[in-house]
Amino acid sequence: MQNKLQVDKAVRTVLLISASLSIVIVVSIFIFIFRSSLPAFKEFGVQGLLGELTWRPANGSFGILAMIVGSVMVTLMALVIGVPLAIATAIFLAEIAPRGVQAVVRPAVQLLAGIPSVVYGLFGMVVLVPLIRRIPVAGNSGYGLLSAAIVLAVMILPTITSISEDAIRAVPRAYTEASLALGATHLQTIFQVLLPAGKSGIVAALILGIGRALGETMAMIMVIGNSVILPAPLNDNPLTVFLSQARTLTGNIAVEINYASGLHASALFATGVVLFMLIMIVNVSAHAFLNRSNALAN
Amino acid sequence: MNAIKLETNAYSLFYGKFRALEDISLKIPEKQVTAIIGPSGCGKSTFLRTFNRMNDLIPGVRTEGQALLDGEDIFSMDVVALRQRVGMVFQKPNPFPKSIFDNVAYGPRVNGIRDKKALDEIVETSLRGAALWNEVKDNLGKSGLALSGGQQQRLCIARALAVKPSVILMDEPAASLDPIATQRIEELIRQLVEEYTIVIVTHNMQQAGRVSDYTAFFFTDESRTGKLVEFNLTRKIFTNPQDKRTEDYITGRFG
Ligand SMILES: Nc1ncnc2c1ncn2[C@@H]1O[C@H](COP(=O)(O)OP(=O)(O)OP(=O)(O)O)[C@@H](O)[C@H]1O
Ligand SMILES: [Mg+2]
Repeated sequence: MQNKLQVDKAVRTVLLISASLSIVIVVSIFIFIFRSSLPAFKEFGVQGLLGELTWRPANGSFGILAMIVGSVMVTLMALVIGVPLAIATAIFLAEIAPRGVQAVVRPAVQLLAGIPSVVYGLFGMVVLVPLIRRIPVAGNSGYGLLSAAIVLAVMILPTITSISEDAIRAVPRAYTEASLALGATHLQTIFQVLLPAGKSGIVAALILGIGRALGETMAMIMVIGNSVILPAPLNDNPLTVFLSQARTLTGNIAVEINYASGLHASALFATGVVLFMLIMIVNVSAHAFLNRSNALAN
Repeated sequence: MNAIKLETNAYSLFYGKFRALEDISLKIPEKQVTAIIGPSGCGKSTFLRTFNRMNDLIPGVRTEGQALLDGEDIFSMDVVALRQRVGMVFQKPNPFPKSIFDNVAYGPRVNGIRDKKALDEIVETSLRGAALWNEVKDNLGKSGLALSGGQQQRLCIARALAVKPSVILMDEPAASLDPIATQRIEELIRQLVEEYTIVIVTHNMQQAGRVSDYTAFFFTDESRTGKLVEFNLTRKIFTNPQDKRTEDYITGRFG
């Protein structure tokens, strides 16, 4: 008996340690990045880093605002393109497609998740960029926000699709039956019962998608052009802003870290801190949103 | 006897190859409570779900014979229109994870009613009809899931009433409720029958005796195929059953 209790206690301890490990890792990474960024923050202040547009390491200008805008814009554009597609696919798979079609579409979507991002980047460079270059606007190189957003949309598609599909499937069958029994059509049932009831899962899928999009590096470097500029329209037509080149926060770090030293390196770590913060903001606001809507539902 | 509201003629239902119901001919009178009783697995739910075609959702289901609502063939009706005329209350209360108001307004909304005033009125009338209004009128924004089990079931009844059906199907509506909540549902059924035709499946003989005007007794043997044994005024089924199996069942010798 005594022995059994001791084993029980040992197992609990092991489990606790394993669970704590991820917290320890996250915290130590953050501390490491934050500490390495301190010299830059001391030198330029938050305003000098986050509020300045000019990034010119040779001249000692380390403003990362343009990269913040670049990352946020390409992520938002990818969401605008990818989320409707992903949720439509999820609805199709969960509710509409016959088994045979599911058996083809689902593995195809999942396969997308397994493609390395450098391959997406190649595809973007070789196929997408030349296509977009054909849009006849002066200064359009094909490399830029639009190409990057399309690549990113495809990259976040599998995550959002499969988690949303699970969320829709997890809605109790009793809700579907109740809705149909009240004279709702299948589509009305999907949009007014299944999606709202699966909302928390779908929001979780979106958070993961946003996280993936903000963090994507290689594919972005390969197609977004990497010029450190605030994305702006190429001519009078405001839509041409989408053809503008940009640089992402992740790209900034990856492109320059190899030869950076001193304040320059520290400013790159500051870029990492900003990335960290952005992802935190997304997570926290998603949780706030979910808590509010759950409070309403319970 | 009242006019015939629902009717089946030589009706059989198959789940794939399995015949779940065989040759059921039954006339259900309007504005009466008809109870369907019988041992577990004899096809009561299957039979009930014929009248709002919920069996359509199950792949491989096939039927033979006729099922009629007001003399019209149920299987050739538009299924959405049918379900507006024939409402259903399920065994386990299943309010949507929405507010009380939105639960009741759901049916009218999907049927195209958008006007706020019209919806307010329907919600109030339906909640009053389900004897729930006084308990929830100050809390219509509260989640339907926050109500007690008995209140949830009355909310589901209100939700069904809001579509203005003429028939309400109830599949063991009190099976998951405590005795007091059950009693309230039974009282409610007696009130509703003034305006609606009610068909109720129940395992509870006393309940069938208390709430129903007519009773249909279904039975099944080793074949597992459900058959109608006897249909009559509840009073007669309980005092003077014609079939030995009915008598055995209601006196509790099996089931
Ligand atoms: N979806 C289905 N697929 C195949 N067979 C089914 C299905 N639903 C029910 N059955 C079978 O049909 C028969 C009748 O089932 P039904 O649920 O109508 O019985 P019931 O009288 O309502 O039983 P209970 O009193 O337990 O609710 C049973 O043998 C059951 O196993
Ligand atoms: Mg049943």
